[in-house]
This record gives sequence, structure tokens and C-alpha cells, in this order.
Amino acid sequence: MPSYYPQMASDPHSLLAPYALDALDHEEERSFEDHLAGCERCREELAGLREAAASLAYGAEGPAPPPALKERILTQARAERPNVASLPRRRSWTAPTAAAAALAAAVALGIGVWSATRPAATDPFASVLAKPGAKVVRMNGRGVVAVAPDGTAALALAVPKAPAGKTYEAWVIRPNAIQPAGVFRGGKGASVVAISRPVPRGSAIAVTIERAGGVDHPTQKPFIASEATS
Amino acid sequence: MTVLLTAPPPIAGRSSREMAHLSDEALLSLVASSDDAALAELYDRFGRVAYGLALRILRDDALAQDAVQEAFLAVWRSADRFLAERAKASTWILTLVHRRAVDLVRREDRRRGEPLERAPEPASPATAEDEAALGFERRVVQEALRRLPPEQREALELGYYGGLTQSELAERLDQPLGTIKSRMFTGLARLRDLLAQAGLEESLPT
Repeated sequence: MPSYYPQMASDPHSLLAPYALDALDHEEERSFEDHLAGCERCREELAGLREAAASLAYGAEGPAPPPALKERILTQARAERPNVASLPRRRSWTAPTAAAAALAAAVALGIGVWSATRPAATDPFASVLAKPGAKVVRMNGRGVVAVAPDGTAALALAVPKAPAGKTYEAWVIRPNAIQPAGVFRGGKGASVVAISRPVPRGSAIAVTIERAGGVDHPTQKPFIASEATS
Repeated sequence: MTVLLTAPPPIAGRSSREMAHLSDEALLSLVASSDDAALAELYDRFGRVAYGLALRILRDDALAQDAVQEAFLAVWRSADRFLAERAKASTWILTLVHRRAVDLVRREDRRRGEPLERAPEPASPATAEDEAALGFERRVVQEALRRLPPEQREALELGYYGGLTQSELAERLDQPLGTIKSRMFTGLARLRDLLAQAGLEESLPT
């Protein structure tokens, strides 16, 4: 059979499909990854090809794994977990001036400690936290939500600037409803966003990426979501 | 003003049932904050597909288990590097599994001649729901593969399930490398379109 694209032989783009299938040797793979780093077109095309390649996994028939495998994986994972036991002692840190640093620390430490030096009047996150009975709810690895008993809430999230034409949109997820709760752009440091709707007990906050201006209903699954508030 | 507030994270003992409503991407973000219950839930969703894939590539139970274990631990260690904007979580996870399995099979290949130990394959009972869900996706993928021209299907299957590099494939099929590349590209692009048509893409329930 003749080659469809004879010119492909020397063109780095021609390695896209073999790369997506893990069909390159180590050297070819490294050199293609160098190309990939500077080629937006390849990265875009790769996303679709990778997805198709990964779906081939479903075509492989086989027995279920032995149940012991799951336990082995979880045991090993827990053994590797960063140790957070000593952290409360660091509560007296004195100079958490940047909100982003405090957020990153609180999240990295895995404890609900929030330190903010900005005045509550201008920082929605601090003003929610200043209310009696306010709580911090973790939002996966990248953010936290502050919720007060009166339903006011704010979100602090470290995400890169949204791509051109896109925006981040926050949602209040209740058992039977998903409501838009504000858009933001992301960027360096932590984005602090006042949630524009009341957040009742038992609801969660989620964030999706939507077209600029925001939408009424999420068009994709949230890439980040909080635990349910209590 | 300094606000200092401590609240223990309410995650201990959370059951997988409470995680059932979270998207794969949300689970992965939880994994990035060292939440092992989220890792368990991801394993429940993808462990079986992962093991089936690894077993097909490696044809050895113990090696397949190693590949799956290493891949899920890679998920655990590097979940924070996952960018939701670029890929679905399932794609990212299954790509990690595939890479581990292919690395292992290539390493084993270099030891060709040494007999591989074959452990018996202890199949555990899966729920009917599991079987049905997996069966559906399997049928869609197998049907899409069947609709590809045979030489494209062959290039995808030998590459993806066989763990062969493009050069090994060219040699084995006695074809120029450029031909192999274009078969892989055309086959994979076609597969992507067929799967999109088949509606395998998940959409948000409204």
C-alpha cells in the first residue's frame, strides 16, 4: 500500500499518532515531546487522538483483577501520604502576608487553617470567615470555600488564567438544582470569589470552564468541587 | 486583620457512596490532596478496565497487577499535574496504565527466552451493573474497530495491545515506516470520529 502522506516521513507531526499509541521508542518519544512543547497544533490534535487511543482500553476483554490488588494499592498509597500530624504546631506562623501563600499552605497542609491579612471589608473570603460559626470546606487540592451559617460563601482557588474566550464559572450544587454563582478569570495567586447565591447546608460548590460571559447551565463536568457543606 | 480558624477536614471515614456523584475529574483533584477514599473510588471505576488492558498487553497476571499498581500509584503521586482542560481524567489514567504495561512488556521482551511464570488468574465476581456498563463500552469500541479498514485496525491493535513500536511494526509488516505512521494516524482519527458518533462521549445529565 502506498503511504497516504509520503511527506510525513521527516515531519515531526507524523509522530503524533504513534506517540498517542505509545508506539515510539524512548529516544523518538523524547524528541517528539520537545516538538510538542512548542507546537500548539500538535497538542490540540493530540488531545483527541489520546482520547481515542485510551478508549481502546475498553476493547480489551479480561477477567476482573483479584480483590487483593485494590488493598495493596491503597495500603501503599497511604504509606506514602505526606505526614500532616505535626502541622497544627505551625499555627503561630507570623508572616503569611500573601493570601495565595496562605491558601497554598492551608491546602498543602490539609488542614482548615486560613490566614488573611487583608481587611474583611474588601476581601470576601475574610468577610465570610469573620462571621460567627463560619467554616472552611476543602475544595480538592486547589482551593477552599468559606461558608457562614447565614449562607454567604466565598471561594479561594488557585487556577491558571482562563484560556482566551473562556471563563471559570462557579456553581452552587444542591441535591436537586445547579445554579450559577459567579464567573472569574483565574490567574497568578489565588482567585477570591464571592459566591453570588446563598449556599444552604448540604450543598457543594463546583467550578467549570465555560465560554466568556458565563452560561446558565454547566456545559461540562466540574473539574473541581468542594465537599458538601455541613 | 488576621483571621485564624481551625476546622478538621470532614473527610475521615467518608464512604465511596458519597463520592459516587463526583466526576472523575473532581475525584482526581481530591486525589491531588491525598484523599485515599477518592483514589479507591477511581480504582472502582477504572481498575477493571486497567487490569483487562494490562493483561492483554502483558499476558501475565503478576505483571499485569504490577502495571496496574504502578499506574495507580502514579495517579496518587502526580494527580496535581493533571490538567482538566487538556484531557478527560479517564484518558489520563488509562494512558498511565498503558504506558506502564508497554514499558513492562518491552523490558520483558529483552529477556525473551526466559520462561515467564504464569500465575493462575483469580477472577473475582463483578456486579451485573459493572458487567453491563463495561460490556456497553466494550461493544462500542469493538464495533468501531471492526469498521476500520483492516490494515488500519491491524496497526492500531499491534501498536496499542501488542506494545510494538512503529519501527518494530514496520519490520513485522514489511512496510515503510511512513506507511505505518499514516495507518496509525488515519486509523486513530477515524476511530475518534466513530466513537464520537457512537456517543461514547459522556455528557452532563440535565
